[in-house]
Amino acid sequence: MLELQVNGGFYRLEAPDERTLAEALRDDLGLTGTKIACGEGHCGACTVMLDGTPVLSCITLVHTVGPREITTIEGLRDHPLVDAFVEADAVQCGFCTPGQIVSAAALMRANPQPSREEIRHALAGNLCRCGTYPKIEKAIYRGASQGSPASLLPQS
Amino acid sequence: MPRLLKTEREVEGRVEESWILVEEDALDQWPAGPLVTVGRPAARVDGRERARGEARYTADVRLPGMLHAAVVRSPHAYAVATRVDLERALAAPGVRAAIGPGDAPGLAAEAGHFGAPVAALAADTEAQARAALELVDVEWDVREPLLDPDEAVARGELHGKPRRHERGDVDAALAEADVVVEAEYRTQTLLHNALETHQAVCEWEGDRLTVYVSTQYIWEVRDQVADELGIPRDKVLVICRFMGGGFGAKNDPGDYTLVAAVLARRAGRPVRCALTRREENIGAGNRNATIQRLTAGARADGTLVALRGEYVCALGWDGWLPSTAGPMQMLYACENVETVEYGARLNTPPMAAFRAPGFVEGVWGLELLLDEVAAKLELDPLEVRMRNHADADPKDARPFSAKNLMECYRRAEPHWERRDDVRSRSDGPWRRGVGLATQIWFGSAAPPSYATVRLESSGRATVGTAMQDIGTGTRTAMAQIAAEELGFPLERVEVLVGDSSRGGYAVVSGGSSTTSTMGPAVRSAAADARRQLIEIAAQRFGVEEGILAVQDGKIVAAHGGSWPVEEVTRLLEHAQIVGKGACGPNPTGMRVLTFGVHVAEVAVDVETGEVRVERVYAVHDVGRIVNPLGASSQVEGGIIQGIGHTLSEQRLLDPSSGTVLTQTLDAYKLPTIADTPPEIVCEFVDRPDAHLTNLGSKGLGEPPIIPIAPAIANAIRDATGADVRSLPVTREEMLRALREAREREPVHTSQPV
Repeated sequence: MLELQVNGGFYRLEAPDERTLAEALRDDLGLTGTKIACGEGHCGACTVMLDGTPVLSCITLVHTVGPREITTIEGLRDHPLVDAFVEADAVQCGFCTPGQIVSAAALMRANPQPSREEIRHALAGNLCRCGTYPKIEKAIYRGASQGSPASLLPQS
Repeated sequence: MPRLLKTEREVEGRVEESWILVEEDALDQWPAGPLVTVGRPAARVDGRERARGEARYTADVRLPGMLHAAVVRSPHAYAVATRVDLERALAAPGVRAAIGPGDAPGLAAEAGHFGAPVAALAADTEAQARAALELVDVEWDVREPLLDPDEAVARGELHGKPRRHERGDVDAALAEADVVVEAEYRTQTLLHNALETHQAVCEWEGDRLTVYVSTQYIWEVRDQVADELGIPRDKVLVICRFMGGGFGAKNDPGDYTLVAAVLARRAGRPVRCALTRREENIGAGNRNATIQRLTAGARADGTLVALRGEYVCALGWDGWLPSTAGPMQMLYACENVETVEYGARLNTPPMAAFRAPGFVEGVWGLELLLDEVAAKLELDPLEVRMRNHADADPKDARPFSAKNLMECYRRAEPHWERRDDVRSRSDGPWRRGVGLATQIWFGSAAPPSYATVRLESSGRATVGTAMQDIGTGTRTAMAQIAAEELGFPLERVEVLVGDSSRGGYAVVSGGSSTTSTMGPAVRSAAADARRQLIEIAAQRFGVEEGILAVQDGKIVAAHGGSWPVEEVTRLLEHAQIVGKGACGPNPTGMRVLTFGVHVAEVAVDVETGEVRVERVYAVHDVGRIVNPLGASSQVEGGIIQGIGHTLSEQRLLDPSSGTVLTQTLDAYKLPTIADTPPEIVCEFVDRPDAHLTNLGSKGLGEPPIIPIAPAIANAIRDATGADVRSLPVTREEMLRALREAREREPVHTSQPV
């Protein structure tokens, strides 16, 4: 029996050794906001935070998570970045967006006022095939300037 | 009253004239410019669901008892399965059904390309399904694959006949030209890589089939699935509430949907068939590679007197021939033009429509050729383009319904004039330059398409359609159009898409035809609903209908009275106002096209071959803009996807076996946020096309990807004097072109390298 701490709640589940964190979140816990787009750690759609650090959940085995606090997009639904993304039109098809927002939230947790270069560096692992990148950059700027630093932190 | 008439229809660049039944479109267009809601920036009405991870995509559909399918694919580029034995796989843990060649449309013994589907099975879990693939015994009769497009043309291995266009006398005109330029241009095979892979979940209830599918065309899926399975079309329900991108590759059900439907029927349980990223990059469609052998003849003043083009399109095992010669035939006023297009049939994965298929490739060759003409004549490339402007369709002298390309050139001028300044910022190994290119594409309406607008006692409006939003912002644009026509605030309008039972036929989300087709249908449905609302209000308040209007959710009378809409709608109780609308015809005898210009600024490191795009200016002429915010996102997205096409993306095949080598997203290099130009400036001419529907809007999805690659390549020439003629411009290709330029002209006149 495996115990996971997700978005402030506790979950118990059985999982085979090869189960990835992304599969466990989506299929065992029903948290389908985390997307799987490549399944090989190349695109960033599955990004979640472990103790505030962004990781690729599709190449993280669920048994390796241990007691670390998992934050998914479901735990960031009231994060100011959500409205910043929508207002800036940083969402087209939206399939990569949850992963983008998790990466951006992790960046702002570490660096509440990131520069343009820092945003580009931190988000370079999150692919968007629709090409919303200029709007994502704008949204993160907006999120960083509007929210007070404390409100940008995921609850832990 | 509906009437039968002849109109032109265009999908993904293919134009055909056909009889269609259309409804009268009696509405006059709105005045030009921003209105109350239309023409003003609107955040996406479904943005929060998507951003918060609440939107339910096909990838998120989990039905009780659902099985997972996996597909057996050919490991050979050309082979025939002489024996397929499913017995061992059927006995594997969790496997509930297995099918082989002929059991489902799309599964065939003859595998014409690497990854062609041969058999499939369904199991309790995805892991069990994939493990059981190994247990399907297939004996292959392996054959020699045909992989070279020129060889296919020489051997007559073609899809259809070569397509020819001829006007005037090209040889005579070339003989008299002051300058003749001949060159060969190439474009590579590109992969769509929508982040949601192709997938479907199929569930039978009795003889009714529900298909959840990631699609650009709900109606086509409904009709094709029904026809392929031999069941009535009305027995198929297709659902796609949210969709993770398509870019042209999801215009039909695909073998995965049919495989899921057949396996679901056999197993008596719902079946999900989802391609992995690797399968996506093998067998889910591609932008076909081209070889273009082009010739241009011009007079000393830059006037084009002759154009000739031979286009070899590497379509693969299956596919259709996109109009790659279209730009050469239609963009410039030239009397003598000869083109031939070949669709090479190869043992490679089939092509599919990909964002402006044909024109992306055709504009690449043509716009590079034009700059080479300008260079030879020492003329300004922008001047050469303006000199050859076509005032009517050069193919048949048809008038354009609207054309503001000269206005685009005029607006591009100040950006073009930055080039002295940009060049002067060359620094060390970094050479800087500016290039431009013109875009031409379709974007007319593609009637029919139907919409309803329903008003309930709550005073809210619901727009009903059976179309889909692939991520371009369709829900939002339709909400804006309905709100404008109803006189309602945007928040009072709900738009239903993504379910084939929610309306009549709805157009494909492709060919830049969504807004231009569904927009007029939604507007006419809203006008019908507003008219009924006013009729009821006139009776309620005892006034003439003629003095009433609806503004900002209120019914207002010419003499000054004003009542909230709810005062009327609440009288309805359970009664409802249902307005109906349909898209009217395209203008007859006119060519409906979109135009635009991109100006790119690049920096080239002449030591490493690295190319960076530093600034792009884009101006597009696509009729009325409904949502300037969403429109700017389309343009930026097209530019960024186009930068990937230009600099990094390329599907690679093993040249002897035909195996796809670039199956993953670390091998196939999509652009990232770090590759985005620091500055993209986006403008629209924003003039309604007075001849086109009640809306005057054309499509915008495809135009912005068309001119970006040639604008970048022309900027590279401006920066370095090197001619890049093959895509992608990898560092190797850039260094090769620089070497060639040095050998040709040891000291480049304007900028020594």
